[in-house]
Amino acid sequence: MKVPYSYIFRNLWARKLTTALTASGMALVIFVFAAVLMLDAGLKKTMVGTGRYDNVLAIRSGAETEIQSGLTRNQAALIESMPQVARGRTAEPMASKESLVLISLYKTGQDKASNIVTRGVSPMGILLRPQVRIIRGRMFREGSSEIVVGRNINQEFDGTQLGQSIRFAQRNWTIVGVFDGGKSAFDSEVWGDVDQLMQSFRRTNYSSMIIQLANSDAFDVLAKNIAADIRLTVDVKREQLFYEDQSRSLSTFISFLGLLLSIVFSIGAMIGAAITMYSSVAMRTAEIGTLRALGFRRLSILVAFLTESLLLGLVGGIVGLFFATFLQAITVSTLNFQSFSQLAFSFTLTPKIVIQTVIFSLIMGFIGGFLPALRAARMKIVDSLRAG
Amino acid sequence: MYFLKLIFKNVFRAKLRTALTLAGLVIAVFAFGFLQTVVTAFFSGANAASGARLITRNAISLVFPMPTYYRERMRSIDGVKTVSFSNWFGGIYKEPQNFFPQFAVDHNNYFDLFPEYHINPEEMLAFKRDRQGAMVGRKLADRFGWKVGDIVPIRGTIFPGNWQFTIRAIFDGKDDTVVTRVFFFHWDYINEEIKKRFPRRADQIGVFNIEITDPSRAAEVSKAIDTEFRNSLAETLTETEKSFQLGFVAQSETIVVAIRVVSFVVIFIILAVVANTMAMTARERIAEYATLKVLGFSPRYIAALVFGEALMISMIGAGIGILITVPISAAFGASSIGSAVFPSFRVSNDTVVLQVLSGFTVGFVAGLLPAWRSARIKIVDGLRHIG
Repeated sequence: MKVPYSYIFRNLWARKLTTALTASGMALVIFVFAAVLMLDAGLKKTMVGTGRYDNVLAIRSGAETEIQSGLTRNQAALIESMPQVARGRTAEPMASKESLVLISLYKTGQDKASNIVTRGVSPMGILLRPQVRIIRGRMFREGSSEIVVGRNINQEFDGTQLGQSIRFAQRNWTIVGVFDGGKSAFDSEVWGDVDQLMQSFRRTNYSSMIIQLANSDAFDVLAKNIAADIRLTVDVKREQLFYEDQSRSLSTFISFLGLLLSIVFSIGAMIGAAITMYSSVAMRTAEIGTLRALGFRRLSILVAFLTESLLLGLVGGIVGLFFATFLQAITVSTLNFQSFSQLAFSFTLTPKIVIQTVIFSLIMGFIGGFLPALRAARMKIVDSLRAG
Repeated sequence: MYFLKLIFKNVFRAKLRTALTLAGLVIAVFAFGFLQTVVTAFFSGANAASGARLITRNAISLVFPMPTYYRERMRSIDGVKTVSFSNWFGGIYKEPQNFFPQFAVDHNNYFDLFPEYHINPEEMLAFKRDRQGAMVGRKLADRFGWKVGDIVPIRGTIFPGNWQFTIRAIFDGKDDTVVTRVFFFHWDYINEEIKKRFPRRADQIGVFNIEITDPSRAAEVSKAIDTEFRNSLAETLTETEKSFQLGFVAQSETIVVAIRVVSFVVIFIILAVVANTMAMTARERIAEYATLKVLGFSPRYIAALVFGEALMISMIGAGIGILITVPISAAFGASSIGSAVFPSFRVSNDTVVLQVLSGFTVGFVAGLLPAWRSARIKIVDGLRHIG
């Protein structure tokens, strides 16, 4: 015979203050837990969205980021002419030779500069990244000192409005457009004409090169050909993989810290639940005796108290998750240690995270409530009836 | 005295509940202290930095170098005492996870600028004589078990190739705040190789480290240096070492803010737990408090009894939490993850003070409502109250 659910509900309702305090403790834990998972998911989404599977990025062997890398013009020409590189309508190679530098810009309200990736691209480079769209103004003109800024730069940094200009490398660069990178890392970049940028930075070498594969399976052959050519001291990676690797440290940092916090916090919350449930059991000793006398089995009592505790966890979980959904409106911009530049990403709620948090809250409720429920189930009828 | 004893007895009446509450408190106060220490560790570089030293970098951003001949022009600027330079190397020792900072420096005078490094004069000489020599901080040497004479291979990422260094000196910090997880070697060694292989990149340096005669003139001298190179190919930006380091922290500010916020969230969680415990305790003892009132104890006395209990529980919990913070933080700082991310990881006095304060606040707030309620119970209701 099962203990009716209404009995369980009403028990929680009877001691509102205690229930609210315990559930709010759990809600806070769930909030933090969900926030960390959402942050990590947002970071991954941004990085994966930056690269395309069919594109290949070439950097100098040993370099870990585009900033550290350098490719000579000869090397770039050699790669460009390989048969695995896709061809455009007029048989031009679908490849973009790019130059990357970091410049310092000031976040609104900060007096310390942040590093911003400034990417010199060719018209082909824009073509190879279809997720990038101009949302205000227009694209820069080739051969001019014009630049376009990512949506995030435009929102967060001083002096990056349309029509303003940024001074670096002895030139003033006019901002003629704002682009949206489709929530990719490009949102945190500044783009300009590759030849103009290289000239003003007195560079002769490109930083990296991006190529589209003629067909998706050609990657292995291309990698083999490049490795076999002694003139090329170059590493190639699929673009998507490259960007995923770029955020690995930051991602590990966030997950490690998040996991540590969640564990520590959840211990606190479980203790809270255990205290509540123990006292709930202690106060209802006579009641439990009566239930047993009425013919409810030990197991039913155990289940009833466990359900109460699970319910407590669930309430906390839902409340925590509810508040966590508001985080989605927030975009975080921080230093990516690996690329040494600013990267913006937002909290992203995925169905997987919802399931994970609900399960986590139930686990907290279960662990917190198990021992008290066991105590309730083990009570002897006579003793407990006398206790009242 | 008798009053304190009574509170103490009360605290341990419900043993299981008190033990659970204490466990929660210990964990929360520890987590709070640990997170605060993480924040402090972010700032450790900046705190250890000197205001009497300047750092000049390329105005565009740190990744752009400056020509080494700038040094001669800097020397002639009034207020400048010594000019040295260093360059971030960013190499990999065996695995990327083994990350530690490496700098190619001017071996002749770089260490003259840093009196906080205690270097054995003989080892210093050996380091200067060997072009492939390396100068290693004590904590870094301990981490990898290096001794003087060991050969350390490092794979370059910015400077391609495999580089070999022989450890000639291991230095200590003046005190605990000095970051000794660093690896220094001769810039000349790198430069000679670069000259052969990438002539265009030779004779370029990342930052100039400058000692000035009078720290109070830092702003003025910085300005003079930057004016000197205005409109040149590599315009400079000069700031004190401290503000240079703070610049790094500012770039990760979001993370620092997040950790701070979370550290206060944990205090809220435990506040909810302790408040709950106190509410339950007070509710159970209503009949008792009513009896005390009958015997003539004032409502204030009863309030103080409840309030004191809340404070005592939270202070005991906080005390244990503080005690375990120091050893656990030290262990984390010495672990491979901790030492890779943070150059220095130690619990500051401010953190301990904050921990005590947070423990006190939790007890104070948690005890407030139950104390007020207990003081106001009507004797008749209280005596009639069951369980």
